[in-house]
Amino acid sequence: MSETDAIPEFKKSAGAASEVGITNMSALTSGPGIKSMGEVLAIVLVAVVIIGGTELLLNLFAVPQYVLPKPSEIAVALFTDFPFIAPHLGHTLVELFVGFGIGAVVGLILAAVITQFPFAEKIITPYILLLVTTPMLALVPLLILRFGFGYEPRIIAVALASGPMVMINAATGFRRVDRGKIALARSYGASTLQIFWKVRAPMALPMIFVGLMVGSIFGLLTAVGAEMVGGGFGLGNRLTSYSSMIQMPQFFAVVLILSILGILIYVLFFLLGKKYASWEA
Amino acid sequence: MTAQELKQPKLRVKGATKVYNTRSGDLLAIDRCSLDVMEGEIVAIVGPSGCGKTTLLWSMSGLHGLTSGEVLLDGKPVTGPNPEIGMVFQEANLLPWRDLDANINFPFEIKGTKPDRVWIDELLSRVGLEGFGGRFPRELSGGMQQRAALVRALSYKPSVLLMDEPFGALDAFTREEMNRLVEEIWLDTKTTIVLITHSIDEAIFLSDRVVVMSPRPGRVANIHEVPFARPRSLEIMSTKEVFDLTNIIKAEIVGTQQSRFPRDAVQSAAVA
Repeated sequence: MSETDAIPEFKKSAGAASEVGITNMSALTSGPGIKSMGEVLAIVLVAVVIIGGTELLLNLFAVPQYVLPKPSEIAVALFTDFPFIAPHLGHTLVELFVGFGIGAVVGLILAAVITQFPFAEKIITPYILLLVTTPMLALVPLLILRFGFGYEPRIIAVALASGPMVMINAATGFRRVDRGKIALARSYGASTLQIFWKVRAPMALPMIFVGLMVGSIFGLLTAVGAEMVGGGFGLGNRLTSYSSMIQMPQFFAVVLILSILGILIYVLFFLLGKKYASWEA
Repeated sequence: MTAQELKQPKLRVKGATKVYNTRSGDLLAIDRCSLDVMEGEIVAIVGPSGCGKTTLLWSMSGLHGLTSGEVLLDGKPVTGPNPEIGMVFQEANLLPWRDLDANINFPFEIKGTKPDRVWIDELLSRVGLEGFGGRFPRELSGGMQQRAALVRALSYKPSVLLMDEPFGALDAFTREEMNRLVEEIWLDTKTTIVLITHSIDEAIFLSDRVVVMSPRPGRVANIHEVPFARPRSLEIMSTKEVFDLTNIIKAEIVGTQQSRFPRDAVQSAAVA
């Protein structure tokens, strides 16, 4: 039953690294780094052409602002209305941090514990899958009925959306057992706890970062979605209210803020992964 | 021989038998293996693949329990991992998320003791790895990785070193270099070594005795003395005596192996 009694064999872990996919953070790593001033110039030029071209075309065809605001109008709205939007950004961040924090901690602990007991894992996995695949936004109206229009329903929704995501990825990491490495630790008399902290956990770390990244982005989506369902604050609430007032430049300014927030989250976990789990790449 | 019989063996394997409970039924991996290893001796274990060599070695290290029989280290039964025993595994088995220094500190972290830096630095310079402490395993060649693994195993001065096909993954030249390194270290430290290998040359180069195991279930089929002087130079290794011994051992392993693959089975496998 325990590893003691298994036939000694060595898993070739070389192939394990390639099985990861997007989760491998290839979107940033696969791109070659910027090499010369010429490349920088080209990148800036493309941006200018796209943004300037949009501006020009919208002017040329006199597209009304409520259909699509010009990039310049969005930029102006972003600067002039930012003081009004900022507190809402703060609310969204609170929901995200608290909800994701709870979800991630619970998800990580569950993943670490469950993978130690294959039988328990078999029983619990279908429910985790259910949590992963069910859009937690669907529960928000129910949560609002129960908890009102405050932070609570949103934080719960964020935790429910991000936690299972963190958990399944972390569990994949914890399951990637290399018998040889565990035998090595055992040959020095390592306890189960030592094996966990010094072998299993570091080995799972790359997948844990993937889980945290995917989980936090899911959390952001759910937070904004929940804010759109009900309640008087948060970036999602801004989206519904600006669009109902046909303030399209402000609406797109909020969308832009959300995009930047998502990218920042991605970059944060990418850098963390690069710093603490790059041994695998 | 008589003097050795009087002395207590460093490591004694008595009637070691191991049955694995697999899905397809019980598998008798090793059957009543007995072996005495004297202090300061190098013993090599050879045999056809799947004959339970690794099982036997893991039992000696205490990583494995035995179904019956026992392993005694200095007369005391080995029931679990023992600080007196160092293991070198197939492949270097370094932890990829730790640099070389951290890998070598790993046994000390587990044991909660302070690494003996002087000894470790001496080992590192002997294997030609001084100055590589900050490198990660993926930045080192296979030979360097295996040398680091050797340093790690010797770092806490075990009195017995068990090596499980340590150089199987290396190319022939690197392998010979590693063999010379092990011989050199052994000449200095006289650590008792039990080594599993697929290479008869390696077995004869390194060991005082070669244990030949039978196909599964693994039994001790024969034990050959290797009486050549050390250090074993190229001249010694190319003598007729070495050549003859190599052929005798090879015949024992291959001879027992032929019966495992009946002609029909091989042919139908080839057709399929």
